[in-house]
Amino acid sequence: MDLSIFSEYGPRLLSGFRLTIICWLLGTAFGAALGLLIAVAQRYGGRPARWALQTYIELIRGTPFLVQLFLLYYGGPMIGLRLDPLPAGLLGLTIYGSPYFAEIFRSAFRAVPPGLIEAGRAIGMTEPAIVRRILLPVGLVSALPALINFSIILTKETVILSIITVPEVMYQTQYMATMTFTYLEGYFALALFFWVFVEVISRLGRRLERRITRHLIERT
Amino acid sequence: MFSLSTFLDAFWPLTMAARYTLLVSGLGIALGLVIGGFVCVLALSKSRVSRTLAAIWVSYLRGVPMLVQLLVVFFLLPVIGIDVPAIVAAVMTTAIVASAYISEIWRGAIMALPKGQTEAAIAIGMRPRHSWTRIILPQAIALSIPQLINELILLVKASSLVSVVGVMEITRASQAQAGVTFRPLEAYLAAACLYLAINLCLAALGRWLEHRMAV
Repeated sequence: MDLSIFSEYGPRLLSGFRLTIICWLLGTAFGAALGLLIAVAQRYGGRPARWALQTYIELIRGTPFLVQLFLLYYGGPMIGLRLDPLPAGLLGLTIYGSPYFAEIFRSAFRAVPPGLIEAGRAIGMTEPAIVRRILLPVGLVSALPALINFSIILTKETVILSIITVPEVMYQTQYMATMTFTYLEGYFALALFFWVFVEVISRLGRRLERRITRHLIERT
Repeated sequence: MFSLSTFLDAFWPLTMAARYTLLVSGLGIALGLVIGGFVCVLALSKSRVSRTLAAIWVSYLRGVPMLVQLLVVFFLLPVIGIDVPAIVAAVMTTAIVASAYISEIWRGAIMALPKGQTEAAIAIGMRPRHSWTRIILPQAIALSIPQLINELILLVKASSLVSVVGVMEITRASQAQAGVTFRPLEAYLAAACLYLAINLCLAALGRWLEHRMAV
């Protein structure tokens, strides 16, 4: 195996990696924000809203990400939604992730002791204040492991964006592979790279988790 | 504008292609159960070496995107002299990826059983082999059914990725359909509907099994 190709295509791969990270972070942030919105709307919305949101959740969770991307990127222009690959990919990640995040937040909200919320009402907090000062801070901490876990799953989904030509790390690897006929080496290197990357962020995630849930552990 | 007839016309070729989606995910989970069982035995064994091997297997397969793994297998097979159709690479990748998740599901299910079960089996004089086949495994398998169905649903969705190596499953067929009719919206919408139908059926099956096998 010729290692010099990696130095020649290094800058490309590096820029692809940068874009992968950006897609992952933005996709996670937007997806979590939309998911949070859905979870709050499900809690406070009426029956029709709850039903509509549940349908949305089932629809998105029941279909592959790749098909959702194709619908958005190739089908979108037919209904006037013309997006470049990167915005389409980010929107796709956001939509794909939102129902999973929504379910995480929903179960986290359910785990908030009702007594806290009743206490909030009793001292005259408004509902938005209860969401902001009780539901979110308490719920987010218990949701953290699941949030970290799903965001790690999302890192792996970002490679699918290469299929709609977002120039992230998979796309750049493909480019290198095609130019130099190093398919196996290229993809295998990418696999090893992802392995390390995912291991590192899951360790960091566990550390963050311990740091934030420190106050929950009883001191002996 | 949305054309209903194009949308409906897309269903026939896509339903034909759904056979490959079901083949890849069905065979994938079947082989995955076998390999996963083996990996689970390694992970639970007393030997440190086999535990490490199992841990590496699981961490690699869960850490690397399936699309990358698929391409590694797809390009690796010819290099090591195995010249097989793309569908074999697709099934192989699906099976080994599934095996990592399944071994974790089973390990979790076995560890979740109260220790008293094994102790009781030994106390009434069962051989270790029998305590496994009659006490632990039946309960662990029943416990793991919901998660296994969940895994199967994930595999159905993941099987859309094998369109990349040219297997004519639902996603690939919808691409072809979009290319022929120049109407991607209808073609991909039809594909989405089919996946949804398959997954809703599987979810219903899962609920039924869970109800029947409740311990």
